[in-house]
Amino acid sequence: MKKITAFLLTLLALVFVFPVLFLAVGSLMGKNELTDLLLPVLKTGSTGYASWKLFPEYPTLRSYVEVLLDSPEFFVMFWNSVKITLGALAGELLVGMPAAWGFAKFDFPGKKGLFTLYIALMMMPFQVMLLGNYLVLDDLRLLDSLLGIILPAVFSTFPVFIMYRFFEGIPLALLEAARLDGAGELRLFFMIAIPLGSPGVISAMVLGFLEYWNLIEQPMVFLKTKELWPLSLYLPNIDMDHAGTAFAASMVALIPAVLVFFAGQDYLEQGIVSTAVKE
Amino acid sequence: MKRKRAFKGILFILPSFAGVCLFWLLPYMDVIRRSFFSAVGGTFTGLKNYETVFANQAFLLAGENTIRFFGTCIPLLVLLSLITAVLINGLKEMHRQLLKTAFLLPMAIPVASVVLLWRALFNGQGILNHLLFMLSLKNVDWMNTGASFGVLVISYIWRNLGYDIVLWLAGLSAIPESLYEAAHVDGAGTWKCFTCITMPNLLPSLFTIVVLSLLNGFKVYREAYLAAGDYPQEKMYLLQHLFNNWYRDLAIDKMSAAAVITGLVIMALILLLQRAWEGDA
Repeated sequence: MKKITAFLLTLLALVFVFPVLFLAVGSLMGKNELTDLLLPVLKTGSTGYASWKLFPEYPTLRSYVEVLLDSPEFFVMFWNSVKITLGALAGELLVGMPAAWGFAKFDFPGKKGLFTLYIALMMMPFQVMLLGNYLVLDDLRLLDSLLGIILPAVFSTFPVFIMYRFFEGIPLALLEAARLDGAGELRLFFMIAIPLGSPGVISAMVLGFLEYWNLIEQPMVFLKTKELWPLSLYLPNIDMDHAGTAFAASMVALIPAVLVFFAGQDYLEQGIVSTAVKE
Repeated sequence: MKRKRAFKGILFILPSFAGVCLFWLLPYMDVIRRSFFSAVGGTFTGLKNYETVFANQAFLLAGENTIRFFGTCIPLLVLLSLITAVLINGLKEMHRQLLKTAFLLPMAIPVASVVLLWRALFNGQGILNHLLFMLSLKNVDWMNTGASFGVLVISYIWRNLGYDIVLWLAGLSAIPESLYEAAHVDGAGTWKCFTCITMPNLLPSLFTIVVLSLLNGFKVYREAYLAAGDYPQEKMYLLQHLFNNWYRDLAIDKMSAAAVITGLVIMALILLLQRAWEGDA
């Protein structure tokens, strides 16, 4: 019985990771092989069905060479993605981390209401905020610029919430003791909050990375200039005639996210749990 | 002294709060204001924009689809993730970790990278129909019939199952082992343990999981949009598509009213969630 459930679960898990295998295998295939397999999907009017293989017949890195060496526009978009992601995360550290600390360990009138507001904002889907976002970016002349994507993300309230959950667990007695020893609030923030709350900070960064690397709605509506597009908008626009390029480009886009995922999986899980359970 | 410290707390929050006001809060308040005015000329029109939105065919279609989407997906996801979590929980540590990783991985995969697979999979002559053909089952025209709704559901479950499994596992780990031991001594079987110990103890988690699944559900638009464009098959047309299309036409009056309506619904859900959090403590 136990063996059977384990087997079935493993089967299901394989279905879940299939997309990664699919992309990996496809990116290593030669042009002819790929066209042979996918022709019914690529070309209307052809007969039969598309099929797939577990391994490429003649593995080749040609598609990667094409993407990495022969398509300069790919690099531009890759860097745009990097700029948006790193810009947003750096900003969140700078602005969100102190805010989370302020919410976690200080008392002032109206704090509870303010925090509820932060939670409400973090949970609103982008479409609800879209019009407001557009209006303010238009006023600030930030439409069609990377800064117009990065700045609203910097002030996203989600990382504040995650970090708050972790800062909250730092014992008050520790802070009181440090205060008695004459440590100032800034010193407490740097010497106690950040080191002890670092799992929360990393959680917020991992969740943020996956979000911004995958950003679609904002760049789609706010960026008119194609040279500013991130990878997430570029990939779906690759012509299916260049299926090989599309596969390799998809892999290159996937790799940073998967690396961050594996490096930060524990923190990712802690972050997910912190949104649901109050310790 | 106390007052001084409160002031310092506010200083920590201030930079963040200023930005939040500038980029999110004030613009949204402006949207609320605009929802009561006409788009051209800016005269006060009362609830007219709301009437227009509620009479709008596209809004009704999108609203219905969105509600049906959540009505189908959330029970399905919650149940599936619960079953998987309970089964995973009974496995050995290493196997458990491995499976958890596999189910969480879709969270990390950029939507844009999956689109390629979605096209190859759900095309009329695609891989999925090939499988159905081999099993001597009838073909499904995934993208051009009501079956497109199924594509949405599959996308959503695939991406969110791991998230919910992690939440359930956290709930499961909080149940003291001694409860099960005592039940075993009293001669309770596996099923009895599940219904009398596991289920009641997971009940508090259920509510948060439902709300979080719902809020994550809005992101399914990314897959739907990238795979099927601005005007997908009718059953796939969600509120998110509608907002996007209104944005392109700069229909500010309709958009602002719809943003207020959707915002209110979500706000109600959040307040419920908060009450549940406080109930936990």
